[in-house]
Amino acid sequence: MNARPKVGLFVTCLVDLVRPNVGFAAVNLLEQAGCNVDVPVQTCCGQPAWNSGADKHAADLARPLIEAFEPFDYVVAPSGSCAGMIKRHYPEALANDAQWLPRAQALAAKTHELVSFLVNVRGMKQVEVRGAARVCYHDSCSSLREMRVREEPRALLASVEGVEVSELKEPEVCCGFGGLFSVKYPEISERMADGKIADVQSTGADLMLGGDLGCLLHLKGRMQRNGIKLRVRHVAEVLAGMDDQALGE
Amino acid sequence: MSLDPRDFRKAGQAALHDESLRIALSRLKTHFALGRARAVERYGQEEWKALREQGRAIRDYALANLDTLLEQFERAVVTRGGHVHWARDAKEAREIVLRILQDAGAKSVIKGKSMVSEEIGLNPFLEASGIAPVETDLGEYIVQLRREPPSHIIAPAFHLNKEDVAETFREAHAALDPDRPLIKRTELVAEARRMLRARFESADAGITGANFLTAEEGAAVLVTNEGNGDLTRLLPKTHIVFTGVEKVVANLEQAAVLLRLLTRSATGQDISSYVTVMRGPRALGEADGPENFHVVLVDNGRTRLLGTEAEEVLRCIRCAACLNHCPVYAAVGGHSYGATYTGPIGAALNPGLMGVDVARHHPNASTFCGRCAEVCPVKIPLPKIMRHWRAREYASGLAPKSMMAGLGIWAFFAKHPALYRVAAANGARLLKLMARNGRVHALPLMHNWFAVRDFPAPQGKTFRELWAARK
Repeated sequence: MNARPKVGLFVTCLVDLVRPNVGFAAVNLLEQAGCNVDVPVQTCCGQPAWNSGADKHAADLARPLIEAFEPFDYVVAPSGSCAGMIKRHYPEALANDAQWLPRAQALAAKTHELVSFLVNVRGMKQVEVRGAARVCYHDSCSSLREMRVREEPRALLASVEGVEVSELKEPEVCCGFGGLFSVKYPEISERMADGKIADVQSTGADLMLGGDLGCLLHLKGRMQRNGIKLRVRHVAEVLAGMDDQALGE
Repeated sequence: MSLDPRDFRKAGQAALHDESLRIALSRLKTHFALGRARAVERYGQEEWKALREQGRAIRDYALANLDTLLEQFERAVVTRGGHVHWARDAKEAREIVLRILQDAGAKSVIKGKSMVSEEIGLNPFLEASGIAPVETDLGEYIVQLRREPPSHIIAPAFHLNKEDVAETFREAHAALDPDRPLIKRTELVAEARRMLRARFESADAGITGANFLTAEEGAAVLVTNEGNGDLTRLLPKTHIVFTGVEKVVANLEQAAVLLRLLTRSATGQDISSYVTVMRGPRALGEADGPENFHVVLVDNGRTRLLGTEAEEVLRCIRCAACLNHCPVYAAVGGHSYGATYTGPIGAALNPGLMGVDVARHHPNASTFCGRCAEVCPVKIPLPKIMRHWRAREYASGLAPKSMMAGLGIWAFFAKHPALYRVAAANGARLLKLMARNGRVHALPLMHNWFAVRDFPAPQGKTFRELWAARK
């Protein structure tokens, strides 16, 4: 790893809107990992459109994103879901576009979820920060099954001094966010959230971490509604040593 | 109970409040998912991976050669003295069965579990024609007594607890001693067995499904755990195998591979208690078997899916692993779907069989969590097919107008980064202003989010604003 690779950070629309700290944590971690980071013009990866079957909207949003990120060596997102959209679904969304398909495939090949990128591509083994919490890590379905991320966040968290990681009983079960699913079928989403929150509570953790802000906003919002005092953060914040206000504080 | 898939959301809401259903559904994990995981572990993870790939290839070969395999199957059955009937749709399928039963002079009919017969509404039709079939699979027998449809494709009465079954039996078997104990599972099974025995002995015809058909041998392969399938096919004079056209594979050897996948994925068994290979009527010198052997091959929308983006759904071997691992099925149960096929396989199949307009909720009611595709023994990309149906729904203007309008407005901003940046910055500021105690409690037009949860307060500035300031 001689030259510093150029990383295009895809901030994600939720981080941009709700939790800029996650974006800065990502920049910090990527720089620690020897990357030059920039944030090209961006809006949303288009996943809400794609998952709603609005194929034209999805393709129209994919093209400018591809164009904006093509100059970079890597595309990194602090989200398995948005990274999964680019990596797994852009080639599907542009499958019938002979001109753009190869570009979509090329971009897909260099797109990564943040923590797995740090560990697998940049060889990061530990972080030099302190924390103070009993934490558990919530795997998002897209991180787990589309991006195949599982051990990486746990490995880095284990290196945070003062942090103790406990496992959920059913880490592979969905929390019920599912993007627009959360508003199309709120009652089912609620049941699934409650199942996940109960699992989180049974670990004895006082801080829940995750790699996808969508799940976290949904779960934290549900906890707030029910008066459950459990702190929630994006994992990047802890890895970057940020210990100010957690989500919704 | 609604039988209309269009009522999914309402039915699901009611199901979520059903405490006894919640208890029944909580057994999905202990009853099915753990068993499957252990079976796969015993088989070996790597070997299982290879077996799934083999299963996928077998099913894809069958679908690519469906016409010739089915004709080969028909010839083989006819050669051994059986009859094959082709049913294009539900109506034809029902009428074919009725005609066979009438020709055989059958008055009393027994039946093994067959989801295809549920799909085409065979029982109500036969009842109306004066030939009410008696279900012999325990789960099917229970739901038949309750006049309910099955709620799970391999465990029809999964929505019930044993107390519910005891109550049903007390009501239905009114001639029995009202003080008999009906607490233990074994007591319930024994009673059903006793009640069914006479039915088996007196039946004129038996109807069963089939898990696989094999083209080379002209065989129908049936998997059961209760042995009712064998009694149903062997004791009466006439046996009708009732199944979907897509169940055919090239030969018994290939069926054996699928069998390994099926029982492990379904119940976690290395092999089911009974595996029956049925090859026509009783031959000269054979000790038992029916005099008349019929196979009814039902299409009912299946072949229409060939060559489409949903084609892979026809690989399905009906193991129900996708249901057993589905968080949505686990929340609302099978009856909420208002259809025979429920859970992820229903979500991928029903729009194809019933129309996107009728079954639109099924593919929409998924978080795309992907566990279904992960456990599918023949690697059906279930979320991908669900998404395909959403795209069809969207393209035909069947999606809710409010959602399409909302997406349109959002997409407009997302396609114009300068506008988007301003809108996001204002949004973040406004949300922060509205927040009390770290949360927003309600917002106009966002009723469905706030129906069940708050929204954690944002930091107040967007990342892009702060990044621009930092640079």
